[in-house]
Amino acid sequence: MSMKNFINYISGIFKGVWSLLQGMKVTGSYFFRPWKIVTQQYPENRKKLEMFDRFKGDLMMPHDENNQHQCTGCGICEMNCPNGTIEVITRMEESAEGKKKKVLDKYVYRMGMCTFCGLCVKTCPSDAIKFTNTFEHAVFDRSKLTKILNNEGSTLKKGAE
Amino acid sequence: MVMIGVAFLAFYALVGLFLVYAERKVCAFMQCRVGPNRVGPYGIIQTVADLTKLLMKELIYIKNADKFLFNVAPFIVIIASFLAIAAIPFAKGLHAIDFNIGVLYVMAVSSMGVIGVLLAGWSSNNKYSLIGAMRSGAQIVSYELSVGLSLITIVILAGSMQFSTIVEMQRDVWFLFKGHIPAFIAFVVFLIASTAETNRGPFDLAEAESELAAGFHTEYSGIKFAFFFLAEYMNMFIVASIAATVFLGGWMPLHVPGLEGFNHFMDFIPPFLWYIGKTAFVIFMMMWFKWTFPRLRIDQLLTLEWKYLLPINLFNILLMAFIVLMGWHL
Repeated sequence: MSMKNFINYISGIFKGVWSLLQGMKVTGSYFFRPWKIVTQQYPENRKKLEMFDRFKGDLMMPHDENNQHQCTGCGICEMNCPNGTIEVITRMEESAEGKKKKVLDKYVYRMGMCTFCGLCVKTCPSDAIKFTNTFEHAVFDRSKLTKILNNEGSTLKKGAE
Repeated sequence: MVMIGVAFLAFYALVGLFLVYAERKVCAFMQCRVGPNRVGPYGIIQTVADLTKLLMKELIYIKNADKFLFNVAPFIVIIASFLAIAAIPFAKGLHAIDFNIGVLYVMAVSSMGVIGVLLAGWSSNNKYSLIGAMRSGAQIVSYELSVGLSLITIVILAGSMQFSTIVEMQRDVWFLFKGHIPAFIAFVVFLIASTAETNRGPFDLAEAESELAAGFHTEYSGIKFAFFFLAEYMNMFIVASIAATVFLGGWMPLHVPGLEGFNHFMDFIPPFLWYIGKTAFVIFMMMWFKWTFPRLRIDQLLTLEWKYLLPINLFNILLMAFIVLMGWHL
């Protein structure tokens, strides 16, 4: 063994020990700081549980104080949905000037088929739908998973098209 | 004699259960998790529930296994660790057998466990079990050397192999401080090699889940599997006890020569607590290793032993002998 090899051997030992110590420093620092634990103890902290903004819980259609939503009934969300979760039912409405216009009748959302991929929200051209933070979706009857997202008698907001 | 046996059995089971719980908690905290917390307060009864489940599980009979060896293997593993625990001094006089060659005895019986592991792998008639057992054999045969040599380093300093004498000689200064540099190197080498000898991570190649299913105990179920599991944790406890006894003074309180008041104060803490505290410290170090370091490959494992630990150890023995000869220890 040449001198250079010997020096490499010795320095390799010290470098190895040093890198191992650095790893131990990371895990040790977590061990001695139990308040850094990230686990959410869900049923216990249910009252004060705060979900983060980007969490995809439940699909909903926001309505303003005049019971108006922004959905034009274009059906892009329905086309983009990989599971056939969304069904946009439209009807033709005649305005005062006698112009015919397609408006949203029912926005059917079948949660039982939804994988919460978020493609509908991402592709909506008028930002009419969004995800909420609620996630306790268990129900006793499967039919309760089918929801109509637009309110009764809601109309399209002016200028949303 | 029967009383001692029963006491050891109870102690063995309790310590085993507690260590499994402690390991799960330590591992959880190191990974920013909570760990078991549902069964009992802070999950302390979790391992009792696990054991109850294991006891009630079916013992699956392997058709083409060597039935006799298959049944005997877990007992060999557990008996080896029982034999080793007998020689450990828990406190002054609290010592089942005090051989004059205690260190050698513990070394000898603790390496008997590998026979059980090899038999388990062989008799299972399963290639994964066999590969796992062979790895375990190669690993223990290699690392036994380092364990032995690092203990010999301290035996040179102590001049005795009797555990009671070794502890008694650390009344003033623990051997870790008395032998300073070579003793510290021996301590580190002992920690590494004994972690490997107990088949614990990062050296748990014998039961590498990703490559070998569960290694040598793949085919075992129920209480026989529990025996292997318990023996692994008890071996960790035994190894930690030896490290505490040989390097950290066993049940001897921390004494600093010259500080009379401090020494007197330390004597008020019972010896058994000193022993348990030191053992717990070493066990914590081993758990820290396991949950920090990535697992080694089999060739890296053998390289570490034969190209690094063994030469360091041999050099260390020379250094220790020189220091003892010159009287340069504390």
